[in-house]
Amino acid sequence: MENEKLIELYKTMQTIRSVERKIEEEYKNDEMKTPIHLSIGQEAIAAGVCIHLRNEDYLFGTHRSHAQYIAKGGDIRKMIAELYLRKTGCTSGRGGSMHLMAPDRGIFGSTAIVGGSLPLGTGTALASKIQKNDRVTAVFFGDGAADEGTFHESLNFASLKKLPVIYVCENNFYAINSHQKERQSGDNIYKIAQGYGIPSYQIDGNDVLKVYEYAEKAVEQCRRGEGPVLLECVSYRWKGHIGTVDDLGVGFRPQEEYDYWISKCPIKWYKEYLKSRNILNDALEKSIHKEIDKLVKDAFEFAINSPKPQPEELLDFVYAD
Amino acid sequence: MPWTTIEVEKQDKFVIMDDSQNGRMLSYKDALYEAMDQSLERDPRVFVMGEGVDDPGGVFGTTKGLHEKYGRERIFDTPIAENALTGIAAGAAMAGLRPVFVHSRMDFLLLSFDQLVNHAAKWSYMTGGKVSVPMVVRTVSARGWGSGAQHSQCLQGMLMNVPGLKIAAPATPYDAKGLLISSIIDNNPVLFVEHRWLYKTVGNVPDTLYSIPFGKGVVRRAGKDVTIVAVSYMLVEALKAAEKLQAQNISAEVIDLRTIKPIDEDIILESLAKTGKLIITDTGWKTGGVAAEIAALVAEKAVHMLKKPVVRVCCPDIPTPAGDLQEKAFYPDFETICTKAVELMK
Ligand SMILES: Cc1ncc(C[n+]2csc(CCOP(=O)(O)OP(=O)(O)O)c2C)c(N)n1
Repeated sequence: MENEKLIELYKTMQTIRSVERKIEEEYKNDEMKTPIHLSIGQEAIAAGVCIHLRNEDYLFGTHRSHAQYIAKGGDIRKMIAELYLRKTGCTSGRGGSMHLMAPDRGIFGSTAIVGGSLPLGTGTALASKIQKNDRVTAVFFGDGAADEGTFHESLNFASLKKLPVIYVCENNFYAINSHQKERQSGDNIYKIAQGYGIPSYQIDGNDVLKVYEYAEKAVEQCRRGEGPVLLECVSYRWKGHIGTVDDLGVGFRPQEEYDYWISKCPIKWYKEYLKSRNILNDALEKSIHKEIDKLVKDAFEFAINSPKPQPEELLDFVYAD
Repeated sequence: MPWTTIEVEKQDKFVIMDDSQNGRMLSYKDALYEAMDQSLERDPRVFVMGEGVDDPGGVFGTTKGLHEKYGRERIFDTPIAENALTGIAAGAAMAGLRPVFVHSRMDFLLLSFDQLVNHAAKWSYMTGGKVSVPMVVRTVSARGWGSGAQHSQCLQGMLMNVPGLKIAAPATPYDAKGLLISSIIDNNPVLFVEHRWLYKTVGNVPDTLYSIPFGKGVVRRAGKDVTIVAVSYMLVEALKAAEKLQAQNISAEVIDLRTIKPIDEDIILESLAKTGKLIITDTGWKTGGVAAEIAALVAEKAVHMLKKPVVRVCCPDIPTPAGDLQEKAFYPDFETICTKAVELMK
């Protein structure tokens, strides 16, 4: 892989982390009047997949979609403005945190209904096939969504019709506070997809190079018209399900488990890797961070200084013209 | 502060007394917990399933720790598979158990419509009364804090359209407990509608097991000028409105329906006979909803009693906006009811 790509992966992950850390910091001021779901710890998945997607390729996300939105090229100003529920937000203050979208970047939206995006992404892939274009769809979903009927029904259909869709499962083990073990009879979501005849792989979702490698093949396969692929990327979310809590302690999740995953930070590991190979040096790292800090600062300033949608505008968008 | 509590915590502690002799005060949330606990204690056929029912939070406290008391066979967490789980609850009910299936948000209920509407609700009829489905589906509606269009819906109006389903929508702690107990002992599928903003409401609740009949509303406040029929959380707003109207010498009668399927028609018509003016307020949407049904009922049976056109105070036909200013404008409140009442009195 060229150094440029390697650095791009780093930048994307670091941008996601910085944006989320800033959200976390500002959230306590209660000015972002909407629930937030952070994906700190899971940055490698969105970065490793989206780097292969073209602008016009489709993406669907979940309630936890900050990382996907950023990695697919969503405008960070508009994202933060949406978290502040401003008119300049990516859904004009109507959707809030769980509905990030940027159709001009192929980001067709994210849903607050678990499993809700799986059929939708299967649908855009169906359209690509009917319209005979080579657009690929990436549908992100959590391990929790594999519990839902929509998961099984969509996979079957996509396989049947050989649709160009990549199902990206961000398996972080938990659905709110329910561990995968309490919800699923196996711990191999990818094997379910294999049962539908879909090439599927379980990979280390904290290893951005692994994600990159498998996603590259998946995208190529889809573009060649060979049908869907599923990637089960195993990772961990550092924060609690919602808000800025950690969900550590009795009945939530064990400290040892948490500590283990913190030690497996996808960014820390990757940074060390890049440095050991002299692809990243201190000067470059500094300039990247400077650039990101500026971006984040600018986005928050833009958001805070933007106007809110007004009551008189309530009826806007209920129906398309 | 966690998102699910943030708007609720901002609410005042609203007190609604019932005519029970028992002076013990309890919150709506604790009343629900007690109904669950005592029903489990009383009847070994009762079991509770749902996403996060054994969570440290215990569905906002209403199932907290029950798995420790009754075991994980009877209180268990589930996969996120609403449709199948509804059918699974229905099947268990057919086999003689009494499942209580809990959804922490009403929006998720939409995924289970097939099993609820096509199967559970119709089974008794389709089997010529040979198989019954005694199950309860508890759902919590919420609002506020940018919940947006998929996390704030009050869909009881939509479900009134389903024969075979009973629907309870208690507004007071006394009713929350009594109606949950009634729902569990009922031999039919019951949709039990809760509202997150009621959880802090306080009232008198007996510590005994007691039940409240379906289809019997109550007059929460007597009046003679205008009738306000309220459903679920809107009872709180209606009572606040009545208080404010009193100061303007308008005497409002407030009716709490308690169950919306069946509906207590008599209580509405009796009040209307006195006042001739009707405001209906529901937490859901206006078109085709609970208020629309009550308005139709009045048009059918008592149009001659109306001195003024019926007024519906419900959510406008817009998906819930996330932005705070718009959210505030979207939800009607006691001010909206007052304004409408004053207009009716002109
Ligand atoms: C249909 C539906 N049921 C339940 C919920 C409540 N809920 C929100 S997120 C969530 C867990 C999702 O877990 P997962 O898909 O693994 O994603 P994660 O939050 O771990 O990223 C649940 C159950 C919902 N939003 N939609």
